[in-house]
Amino acid sequence: MTALQEVATRKPPASASVRREALYFALRNPKLLIGAAIVLLFLLAGLVGPLLVSATPNEYVGKPMDPPSSEYWFGTTTFGQDVFAQFVHGLRTTFLVGVLGGGIAAIVGMMVGFVAGYRGGLVDEVLNMITNIILVLPALAVLLIINAYLGIRSVGAQALFIGLTSWPWAARAIRAQTFSLRGRDFVDLARLSGANTWKIITREIGPNMSSYLLLTFILLFGNSILIASSLDFIGLGPTEGVSLGLMLQNASQWSAMQLGLWWWFIPPGAAITAIVGALYVANVGLDEVFNPKLRQT
Amino acid sequence: MRRYFGRKLLVYALTFAVAVTVNWMIPRFMPGDPVASMLARANVSQPQAVEAMRTYYTNLFGLDEPLWRQYLNFWGALFRGDFGTSIWVFPTPVSTVIMGAVPYTLGLMIPSVLLSYFVGNRIGAYAARRKLLDNTVLPVGYVLTATPYMWLAVLLAWGLGVVAGVFPVAGGYSFSIRPSLSADFLLDLLHHWVLPFFSLFLVALGGWAIGMRNMIIYELESDYSNYLSALGAPQRLIRRYAFRNAMLPQITGLALQLGVLVAGALVTEIVFAYPGLGSLILKAIQNQDFFLLQGIFLFIVLGVLIANFVIDIVYVLVDPRTRTGMAGASA
Amino acid sequence: MSLRVTDLRVHYKTLKGDVRALDGVSFDVGDGEILGLAGESGCGKTTLGKSLIRMDGRMRHVGGKVELDGEELPIGDDRRMNPFRFHKVSLVPQYSMSAMNPTRKIGRMVGELLRSRGVALDQATLESRLDLVGLPREVLQRYPIELSGGMKQRMVMVISTLLDPSLLIADEITSALDVSTQKSVATALAGFRESGVVKSMVFITHDLSLTYQIADTIMVMYAGKLAEKAPAKTMVEAPRHPYTKLLIDSLPEVGVRHTERRLAGIAGSPPSLLDPPAGCRFRDRCPLAFDRCAQEPPPVEVEPGHVVACWKADA
Repeated sequence: MTALQEVATRKPPASASVRREALYFALRNPKLLIGAAIVLLFLLAGLVGPLLVSATPNEYVGKPMDPPSSEYWFGTTTFGQDVFAQFVHGLRTTFLVGVLGGGIAAIVGMMVGFVAGYRGGLVDEVLNMITNIILVLPALAVLLIINAYLGIRSVGAQALFIGLTSWPWAARAIRAQTFSLRGRDFVDLARLSGANTWKIITREIGPNMSSYLLLTFILLFGNSILIASSLDFIGLGPTEGVSLGLMLQNASQWSAMQLGLWWWFIPPGAAITAIVGALYVANVGLDEVFNPKLRQT
Repeated sequence: MRRYFGRKLLVYALTFAVAVTVNWMIPRFMPGDPVASMLARANVSQPQAVEAMRTYYTNLFGLDEPLWRQYLNFWGALFRGDFGTSIWVFPTPVSTVIMGAVPYTLGLMIPSVLLSYFVGNRIGAYAARRKLLDNTVLPVGYVLTATPYMWLAVLLAWGLGVVAGVFPVAGGYSFSIRPSLSADFLLDLLHHWVLPFFSLFLVALGGWAIGMRNMIIYELESDYSNYLSALGAPQRLIRRYAFRNAMLPQITGLALQLGVLVAGALVTEIVFAYPGLGSLILKAIQNQDFFLLQGIFLFIVLGVLIANFVIDIVYVLVDPRTRTGMAGASA
Repeated sequence: MSLRVTDLRVHYKTLKGDVRALDGVSFDVGDGEILGLAGESGCGKTTLGKSLIRMDGRMRHVGGKVELDGEELPIGDDRRMNPFRFHKVSLVPQYSMSAMNPTRKIGRMVGELLRSRGVALDQATLESRLDLVGLPREVLQRYPIELSGGMKQRMVMVISTLLDPSLLIADEITSALDVSTQKSVATALAGFRESGVVKSMVFITHDLSLTYQIADTIMVMYAGKLAEKAPAKTMVEAPRHPYTKLLIDSLPEVGVRHTERRLAGIAGSPPSLLDPPAGCRFRDRCPLAFDRCAQEPPPVEVEPGHVVACWKADA
């Protein structure tokens, strides 16, 4: 609309230069940098931490209810378990659930969104109806029933069901984006040159909204972590291993608050908040990188 | 407008049907004989209760009948308001148990959701495009939305309850007081209500503030805002319009957030042992009381659907465009 | 003289440097005159329109001045500019389709806008203006979404001119409309001038043929500079600047018959305004370019009211 944008588009839109420009802004965006740094820090703690502690997370290693010390950095539980050992192992679980749950939700959301947005018509109507139904269903309530009855107690299965219930908003967002891309020249060109739907979606439409898909995945990732922690807290978490939500459940169940064992319930909650919050902030930063309109000059 | 409501109601009806079907189907996916395994898993001490339940379940499931009949029977029972019998507090009907808990959950949720919604929207609108405020509201908002509900609840219970001793940390009212309409009891009720309410309020607040801030910025960059600026209209008028228009997606946002808000209320109740549906769910899971769990599930779904419909009505009242019938809200 | 623009320079701030969207433009618009401003997209015509009423955040007033009715407009100062907006200078934006608040009835919005500017709503004036553009009075009771594109466009025109501004800027207002509506909107716009509601007008468009129908004078811009300015008839029938000539030739019909001639686009594209080359900016695309074009051609008045910036203007 402005002279500026027209001047900008006149340059050949080489994808390499676009990527270089994105990188340029990415490295100068404090929100993205801080957010990513926090997430990476916790990821690193989750990856390296378990190698540093000899104890398995649920082992009774020391004196019960010991406050943090040089030996047990985060103190011990009422049973004498090492909270730090639980914490670093819990981080692993949390990231795993986030990636798997967020990933599955992203894949389903993309499938539904792309197909509905690109095909339109009856397919769109039907998919839209399904999306709306699952959108209205309260995810946690559904997960409660499924997990309780089927006794789902592995991280993978938990992530699967979280993914299968949390895709609808992503599908709707992607559908809207696809819808706006559908009429563009390059899509028409691909269609005229005989590409089939699958090819057009994966080669033309998908890559053109890759930044948007990344943003969507990040939000689904964070969302998945939060849902998993709630499920764990209600007592439907994985039975083998630990997770941050499970730590909170145990702390709450064994009266950590009343006993003043703050080192038991503060770290897991703080870690979830920090990771999810950092993901959100990084997401805003990324959005600014990809979307020049949001940049503050 | 009729089309708009028609579509909405269709989605809700279908959603309810899906929820009921899931509810009916899930026990049949359980490995082995569902009745036997349910009884085995249930912690029932009285032998006569076990026998009563066996006949009851077998009748209810009607496992000797064809599947479609079982399915129809299930719906039939539902319409009679028969959600089965609780195992945990056998032989109280599930619906009675739930009805005892619902007022607590609603009493917690409705004020906290509405208040956080209005306050959050105000804060967000105020922060948008005001650099200093924006720089504080935004990070605080993101931290709050990222906080797991139960964790903030634990922190508040610990800080204000255990350490400071200002508020009680468990229950809906003191054990020493019998529920009545006396001032003492109501005050005690309120005293127990404050912390869980505040916890729910705070977590939800951040999300609304951020959402509103982003919507307002979008509206302030819209064409009508630019036009008004070009005609020299004061910021006050432009912001007023922007706020009003940004409210519309926020109303849709409230509908979309209902599931999360319910989940938040459930886990918060568990932390405070608040006698609502959340604590009931915990009891049901601990006692393997599946009928109770299923009943709660249907109740939550129903509640969310009703809330959705109320929000739809509000939307129509607020957005003139849906009323003129020229365009429907897409959500 | 109603509007006098002298050596106006407006830049866009970008990370790569300043984009010189307006690089020294001077012209006058007389009382009762409609100036048609034409050129390719990116030539600076929209920037010029914005500069006269409200610059966006990235625009910087670098040099030159704008006088309206003998008074200098503080175009670089958003706050000091405000009293002039709507009262003295007004705008019919290119986004007229979405310029009205979608959730307010139009009449109410107009009332609120006027009150916010400290003016009481004069119902009689408002209604006579509606009559002028042929809108029924009921539109005031409607929401914008209930109006057709042409109706919205005319409603915005009525709103923008309610305070009888001295200068009205119409920015690409017809681009979103179909051809028949375009014509009626353009006619309605000219009607505002005939009835004395607005004194002068700058009509910005990329559509030369439409400009020709309503403008008294046409000004063609190229890459941030004035290329040629002449009375409408002269511009179409006897353009002097090679760019204008090519532009006119590329049109299917501008009053003159071109049945025999092929439509020809102009090869190449304008230079980047980030760091524009010295000399004539059209040089690289110009069929007549020669050595001297390495120096910048000054705008020269070749005959009364006809200004051309080209070394070969006399040819």
